[in-house]
Amino acid sequence: MMRHLKRLYIGIVFFFLYAPILILMIFSFNKSRYMSKWDGFSLKWYADLFSDRDIMSALYYTILIAVLSTIIATVIGLITAIGIHDMNKFGKSIIVNISYLPILNPDIVTGISLMMLFVFMKLEPGFLTLLLAHITFNIPYVIFSILPKLRQMNKHLYEAALDLGATPFYAFRKVILPEIMPGVVTGMILAFTLSIDDFVISYFTTGAGVSNLSIIIYSMARVGIKPTINALSTLLFITVLLLLLIVNKRTTNNTGKEKVL
Amino acid sequence: MKKSWVAYPYVVWMIMFIVVPLMLIIFYGTFERTPQGIEFTLEHFKRFFEPLYVMVLIRSLYLALICTIVCLLLGYPVSMILASKEYRDKRILIFLMVIPMWMNFLLRTYAWLTLLEKNGIINTFISFLGLPKMELLYNQWAVVLGMVYNFLPFMVLPIYSVLIKIDKSIIEAAEDLGANSRIVFSKIIFPLSLPGVVSGITMVYMPAVTTFVISRLLGGGQFLLIGNLIEELFLKSGEWGFGSALSIIMMILILFSMAIMSKYEKENEGGGLL
Repeated sequence: MMRHLKRLYIGIVFFFLYAPILILMIFSFNKSRYMSKWDGFSLKWYADLFSDRDIMSALYYTILIAVLSTIIATVIGLITAIGIHDMNKFGKSIIVNISYLPILNPDIVTGISLMMLFVFMKLEPGFLTLLLAHITFNIPYVIFSILPKLRQMNKHLYEAALDLGATPFYAFRKVILPEIMPGVVTGMILAFTLSIDDFVISYFTTGAGVSNLSIIIYSMARVGIKPTINALSTLLFITVLLLLLIVNKRTTNNTGKEKVL
Repeated sequence: MKKSWVAYPYVVWMIMFIVVPLMLIIFYGTFERTPQGIEFTLEHFKRFFEPLYVMVLIRSLYLALICTIVCLLLGYPVSMILASKEYRDKRILIFLMVIPMWMNFLLRTYAWLTLLEKNGIINTFISFLGLPKMELLYNQWAVVLGMVYNFLPFMVLPIYSVLIKIDKSIIEAAEDLGANSRIVFSKIIFPLSLPGVVSGITMVYMPAVTTFVISRLLGGGQFLLIGNLIEELFLKSGEWGFGSALSIIMMILILFSMAIMSKYEKENEGGGLL
């Protein structure tokens, strides 16, 4: 009896989580633009989606910003983490605490503070400001993914490599980097997904002509229902699902135990 | 060999893009341009204490509180069931819990917009039953529903990750000593899961207080939360001074509660996600 109740409960919760998404997906194939009745199967909203210039340009900017900000944030974050690791306690705690601010602060505060900075610097809001904002909120996540790995590392390995005649850069490449690589990869994945998903900070720091997918969805949804958004949701949901399945499969194969993130 | 200097470029970046922007908020919130020049003022903070604005803050805190309570009541049993050993297919269920977290949250909110709409599925169903159509959208319950829908996984996962780490032999020992399942829960499982509950509450309450998207899309114009107010002050009316003051208040509120929560978590040496 208890067992069935538990199953029922879990079933209801998952129904609550998934029904809205599934209904959205089903109605993306509806001929009618209204979601009250089913008028027959059609792919016209998908055709509309791919011919919508605003959405396509938003998709382009979302990916471009995510890739660029991830690469730049990973490079800066990696170098910085190594520097911080070698610092005295005082300097370290100042940098670490200030870097925590964008993580802890509400996004809206980070967003408006950067917007004010860009206005103050007389930077035209647009691609550059959006990229700078994304790099700024990504770097701390990279640093905090790498720092624990550096702490776990045996510091004598690096010294031994130097004693054996390796140049500092060679020792970094052959000794330090392989040890901290899992942290670097985690940081990169975090940075990339945060950038793809960000709405609030982007909303305040971008300008006319440059938007990402979140901003487009927000401005469309404010006006009302639009079946092209349903089509977009379906495609995004399938993408996320496939990516997570691949990542999950890879991590389970590598470590042999469950790992979800 | 000291190589701490490699962190210096980031220090410059950090000062420019983290410290200076926050200084700008503080500056705009506490100074004002008058004919005599720039002067210190607490006018903006005084304005916040007008009943209209205090109400906005109280409404934000209140709706976020309801959302957190509902998430906790709904989510705790889910975590417990997922953590129990009955499910062999546990990994799939956890996976299913994680997927919505990775969906763009605007789309998740938009999904409810389409469901609750005047001609949406739910209303179609209601009128199919012969009942009059209801105005489901644009009230505070729609906002709370949107919040719960968006943030529920953030409550379930931290609690789950603490629950699976509980040493099963402690529970068995209690049972051997004659404790029934209610006592086992109230004296052992629940107290041990508190660190997860605390981080779950943090991860739900903080974003719920500061959201402006959910309240805009599902609450329409009239259910103004503090996030909406800040957005309007900056993007529509251009009142940076008052907007900055509100941001300072919100920031203090959030950082202060974060500090309390993290202190609590450290004392309890507990799980949490991220």
